[in-house]
Amino acid sequence: MTALDFTARARTSLRDSQLRRNIAKATSTIRAKTARVAGELPDWEALRDAGQAIKRQTMAELDRHLVALEASVTAAGGVVHWARDAAEARTIIVGLARQYQAGSVIKIKSMTTDEVELNPALSAAGITPYETDLADMIVQMAKEKPSHLLVPAIHKNRAEIRDLFLRELDPAAIPGGRLDADPSSLAKAARAHLRAKFLSTKVAISGANFAIAETGSVVIVESEGNGRMCLTLPDVLISIMGVEKVLPKWEHLEVFLQLLPRSATGERMNPYTSVWTGNRAAEARAGDGPQVFHLVLLDNGRSKILADEVTRDTLNCIRCSRCLNVCPVYERAGGHAYDSMYQGPIGAIVTPQLRGFEEAGSLPFASTLCGACQEACPVRIPIPNILTHLRAKVVAEKRQGLGALNGENLAMQAAKAMFDHPTLLAMALAAGRIGQAPLVRDGRVTHLPPPLSGWSLSRDFPALPPESFRDWWAKREPRS
Amino acid sequence: MKISLFITCFNDALFPQTGQAVVNVLERLGCEVEFREAQTCCGQMHHNSGYQKEAIDLVRRFVEVFEGAEAIVVPSTSCTAMIRSQYPRLAKAAGGEALAARVEAIAPRVFEFSEFLIDRLGLEDVGAYYPHKVVYHSSCNSLRALKLGDRALRLLRNVKGLELVELARAEECCGFGGTFAVKNAETSTAMLTDKMRHVLDSGAEICTAGDNSCLMHIGGGLSRQQTGVRTVHLAEILASTDQAAS
Amino acid sequence: MNARDAILANIRSALAGSTPPVLPPFAYRRAGEMTGEELRARFLDRLADYNVHIVRLRNEAEIPAALADRLAANGATRYVAPADLPSAWRPAGVEALEEVDGAPLSHAQLEATPSVVTGCALAVAETGTVVLDAGSHQGRRALTLLPDHHVCVVFEHQLVETIPEALQNLIGAVRDGRPLTFFSGPSATADIEFDRVVGVHGPRRLDVLFVQGD
Repeated sequence: MTALDFTARARTSLRDSQLRRNIAKATSTIRAKTARVAGELPDWEALRDAGQAIKRQTMAELDRHLVALEASVTAAGGVVHWARDAAEARTIIVGLARQYQAGSVIKIKSMTTDEVELNPALSAAGITPYETDLADMIVQMAKEKPSHLLVPAIHKNRAEIRDLFLRELDPAAIPGGRLDADPSSLAKAARAHLRAKFLSTKVAISGANFAIAETGSVVIVESEGNGRMCLTLPDVLISIMGVEKVLPKWEHLEVFLQLLPRSATGERMNPYTSVWTGNRAAEARAGDGPQVFHLVLLDNGRSKILADEVTRDTLNCIRCSRCLNVCPVYERAGGHAYDSMYQGPIGAIVTPQLRGFEEAGSLPFASTLCGACQEACPVRIPIPNILTHLRAKVVAEKRQGLGALNGENLAMQAAKAMFDHPTLLAMALAAGRIGQAPLVRDGRVTHLPPPLSGWSLSRDFPALPPESFRDWWAKREPRS
Repeated sequence: MKISLFITCFNDALFPQTGQAVVNVLERLGCEVEFREAQTCCGQMHHNSGYQKEAIDLVRRFVEVFEGAEAIVVPSTSCTAMIRSQYPRLAKAAGGEALAARVEAIAPRVFEFSEFLIDRLGLEDVGAYYPHKVVYHSSCNSLRALKLGDRALRLLRNVKGLELVELARAEECCGFGGTFAVKNAETSTAMLTDKMRHVLDSGAEICTAGDNSCLMHIGGGLSRQQTGVRTVHLAEILASTDQAAS
Repeated sequence: MNARDAILANIRSALAGSTPPVLPPFAYRRAGEMTGEELRARFLDRLADYNVHIVRLRNEAEIPAALADRLAANGATRYVAPADLPSAWRPAGVEALEEVDGAPLSHAQLEATPSVVTGCALAVAETGTVVLDAGSHQGRRALTLLPDHHVCVVFEHQLVETIPEALQNLIGAVRDGRPLTFFSGPSATADIEFDRVVGVHGPRRLDVLFVQGD
């Protein structure tokens, strides 16, 4: 495990009072909204069942659906590329941007491009990437990392964003240099700042929320209209999607277009959803959308996740972020503690599987297993079960060879020995009652030695009582 | 019907008064109670911490100890959830079909304490008397894994003399999470702080729950902060009557 | 092995030995039950929730006056019109900027025009969503994107109750390769503190002229 794990990163966030307040305020706002709009549909639970079933069936025959998608996109005039890993995806996309002589590109919010670290690669090739989603633009300008799947700048409040805009935005976007901190004024400034880029940039890069194998259509769900700009105005559109985003049939979309907005932003429907099919729109009617469309299908570890039947459900995620918004750990520790573009409960299962336990092995332990995520997930991903499954894999890796001598493993083995032999347990309790004497004050232990010292950071521990339940039971007079 | 107690290792060692209270309530209601002494731990700690192989051994032990029991009553929501939600999966994955079949036979006869009183005995009033102001913390396992709903609250509302008060953000985890409380002590503490604030804001003198693991965490914090509010397991409240102890 | 074959091989080996689950029959609603005033009211209520300005009309003949009124209210002396915008809708005395074959309007022209007027493919009552499918009276996508004020004419017969009904009706357009744009209110963002505000990059004002009757 790396020196800086979840625990250490969370420690930093927990002490940032502004951050704590920003996240608590935002998540409590969205929790109330999503609960209301999910609750108003009479068939919400049936939609969740359908969403889960469609995703599970899709994953079980993923190869077939990808081949079908490739054929339908190609038939519609698109060009399909396959990328085994992040490096291959970067090479393809940077190569395409060069081929079309792009000096800059406009981007729609895409976690997949973050995952493959596309922006640094574009910059290194002399191509400036402009994030156009408001929150992504904020994070890019602040040179920070996203802290929330859907609202990447959730860690910042309006006052901090105003300060950033005054420093970074095109001065023409802030008439008179005066800018109010209300979200409307900030959104207006962002509009003015990006307008010229939308009108002049020739290449756009997007992710994809869904791609329909049956028709070759790609779907983007958004709010601000920056997506529509990127999908409509440039000459060239390059979209990248994880292989798990494919849906076999058009009719499946009717389920997800209901589940996603209600779970994500707590709206009955998001402001804008765009569906396009290859470059057929441009062909049929001069100038309606990009003349060239490229679709990059990314594996980058997904086929490995697929191979384990317990973790397979990880791939069903539609990136609504509802699990983050209901997670008590996320609310306190913040998104940066997960050190990934995928944060919160879903991040705690996705990131270690994509990056390995060496780097992200602390994440499956960043949960109390309270189950709020699974209860909220629109496609019912059993996140707690996947977490414990991954914990077992982390432990198995850690206790190979000499690793078996680590303190936790020894303690777990000692506990196991006692649970196997109740007499050992009784002896240990007897020894404990004597051994605890110097630590006990008024029936409480206020300082525990490592590795249990974390407990006594904030909590007293009950002293072992003089008699266990089984001692008491054994002494009881037999009843008739 | 003979009731077999699964007292849980945690209660056995640290909270024997909870087990005694369960015996007290059940016997007062006319039930016959047994305690099989070979029982130890359900395996929850090992399972949740990633020690799957060890957990499987403990699944097997539980099955061997309790095979043939008519009803098994557990004064712990998390141990009940471990048995009911995790055992079938674990047994199938690691123990083969034979163990899975034995688990299937036992799991439906395992009851959390409040669930047993309400669903099996059909009682909401167990004749308790407890003249205190009480707030109830619903553990995550009670809420989400076992879906026990308001069973504990119904029992508490029928306790004479007891003033039940509301807890804000009642559905949120207290931050215990087993080894999480130690491994991620700071995050756990942040969650605990909010839970304690809601407990204190309720004005209660006692915080109760169906699980001593949450209560050890919440109670440990309340004690450390010298709040004067303490934690008591639901069974102990239900065991209390207006009669002098016999 | 090329990337395509390698990925497909990895997926196949990952799936080897597991049997695909059978899709159970779905229990969610694939069709609505509302009709008449109940359906109309639901749609208009949802639109109002998104800060859409709604004008209820009794028949098509009322469109020009209502359009003139909405354009004037937004200070527009010109509007963008798809070439096939019916002449019966067009208000007298307001200049329509129209695309002619072979000479598309430039982004700069669209950007400089304050309003756009279109029809739509259909609308969804339950979510307050209007859908464009590049069909009649709609024009290409840029037309409804760059002007800051969009006036959309929706006829009652174009209304369905649920999203599944909408998608079932749109499959033809998708098979024809036509792009779809779903809009539910004007552009908005919740990116700052999850506080929803209206008006970012897409049109900041949306008016719906709802024409009752068939």
